[in-house]
Amino acid sequence: MTTKFTSDHEWINTASIEAAVVGITPHAQDALGDVVFVELPEVGRSYAKGEVAGVVESVKAAADIYMPVNGEVVEVNEALKADPALANTDPMGAGWFFKVKVASTAEFDGLMEPPAYETLLQSL
Amino acid sequence: MPSAQPESTALLQTPLHDLHLRLGAKMVPFAGYAMPVTYLAGLMAEHRQCRDSAALFDVSHMGQLRLVGSDAAAALESLVPMDVVGLGEGKQRYAFFTNHSGGLLDDLMMVRPTAADAAAGFGDLFLVVNAGCKDADIRHLITHIGTRCTVLPMPERALLALQGPLAVVALSRLNPGVAQLTFMTGGAFTLAGAPCFVTRSGYTGEDGFEISVPATHAEALAESLLAQPEVKPAGLGARDTLRLEAGMCLYGHDIDETTSPVEAGLTWAIQKVRRPGGARAGGYPGVAAIESQLTSGAPSKRVGLIGLERAPVREGTPIVDAHGRKLGKVTSGTLAPTVNQAIAMAYLPIDHALPHHEVYAEVRGKRLPMRVSPMPFNPHRYHRA
Repeated sequence: MTTKFTSDHEWINTASIEAAVVGITPHAQDALGDVVFVELPEVGRSYAKGEVAGVVESVKAAADIYMPVNGEVVEVNEALKADPALANTDPMGAGWFFKVKVASTAEFDGLMEPPAYETLLQSL
Repeated sequence: MPSAQPESTALLQTPLHDLHLRLGAKMVPFAGYAMPVTYLAGLMAEHRQCRDSAALFDVSHMGQLRLVGSDAAAALESLVPMDVVGLGEGKQRYAFFTNHSGGLLDDLMMVRPTAADAAAGFGDLFLVVNAGCKDADIRHLITHIGTRCTVLPMPERALLALQGPLAVVALSRLNPGVAQLTFMTGGAFTLAGAPCFVTRSGYTGEDGFEISVPATHAEALAESLLAQPEVKPAGLGARDTLRLEAGMCLYGHDIDETTSPVEAGLTWAIQKVRRPGGARAGGYPGVAAIESQLTSGAPSKRVGLIGLERAPVREGTPIVDAHGRKLGKVTSGTLAPTVNQAIAMAYLPIDHALPHHEVYAEVRGKRLPMRVSPMPFNPHRYHRA
């Protein structure tokens, strides 16, 4: 599997260290409800793991998006800005948030494998 | 809410609790009750359902009570700055309890049932008050007017709101008589075999009804309404976005014990007969403060704000001027589903409260421009006489 997860209910596709794709999980979008606004990170800026890199807001609530790894943001999803509901309708696909360039695959160590994330969801 | 229950207290359930669970509602604590915030359709779809067709809300957490006695209307006038004595049979009116400094203890709806409906047990006045305030309201009524009339809480009844342009179509199938009601009138009707009290009013800005039904018959009535093709359930989430678009105050947020009706922009609810120079002027708590503001104005005012950017501006957000000086704060705010913009209410000094005046909301370290806007944000569509 190339997709890993965080305890903040974000996913990251680890297939490429040049542009690892980050988004929120189906659980996260379900808990938020209808997403109406996203604030995405700055392209070209480097963020530390755990740093707030954006915001996702539904009608009822706002949640921070955390950087799941140390790295530089290389692209943000402009389509998501224009149509934030993509985070609800296709959270693991067209509703991605940004792509991040990391130094090495070692950055992905410590992220959750799918079974571990499943276990976390079941414990909620 | 002001009198939210302590966390250790188990949440109360409305008579529709099992139905909510069967419908897949997401339940949240609200004013001491477990209430549905959304159903499976989600907030946006439930909001649109109400604007486009008809939505059914469970508002059984709200307080229903009746006042009985020939002096009830005059007695109630000692607690609210409204014309209660002159309220015609079958007519409904918005009201609020004031405190001695002219602040608002709660806002409410009152109806004067016809003599026949009063005899059928709906009281000489039928009141609906906010869930979070109902215990305090009942104490307030009993303390101050309990010797002049009988104050009878009605915990044995549930309250449903059927709201939307097709609400009348759906409810008329159960009893065609309800179609005769016009905005802010009400009467007793049999619905699904139960003696109900129906008013043509609500909290969404749409045409619609609020239905007081015996708790024992609430689920059957809700099921027969949900069986109508126009009707789907909607939760408190959509109720909040609908009322905000309609420019209506939420007690405990947009109005409270520290806000006067003049500041809150609710002077329209004080009838002439109770204002200075009127036949029954004054005679309610806080009259000095309120009359002074009615004459000279209040230093600040509740206004509507529309965001020039899409970011939602939520309750508590500071509002500043172009120089960053604090003007006030947001009391309610959301990304409005129908008007499709960030909308909010805030109290601003009157020199900043003029329509089209530009102010700034401080959100995450940024200053987002907002414009003072007339309310409602979304036009009301009532069935007036």
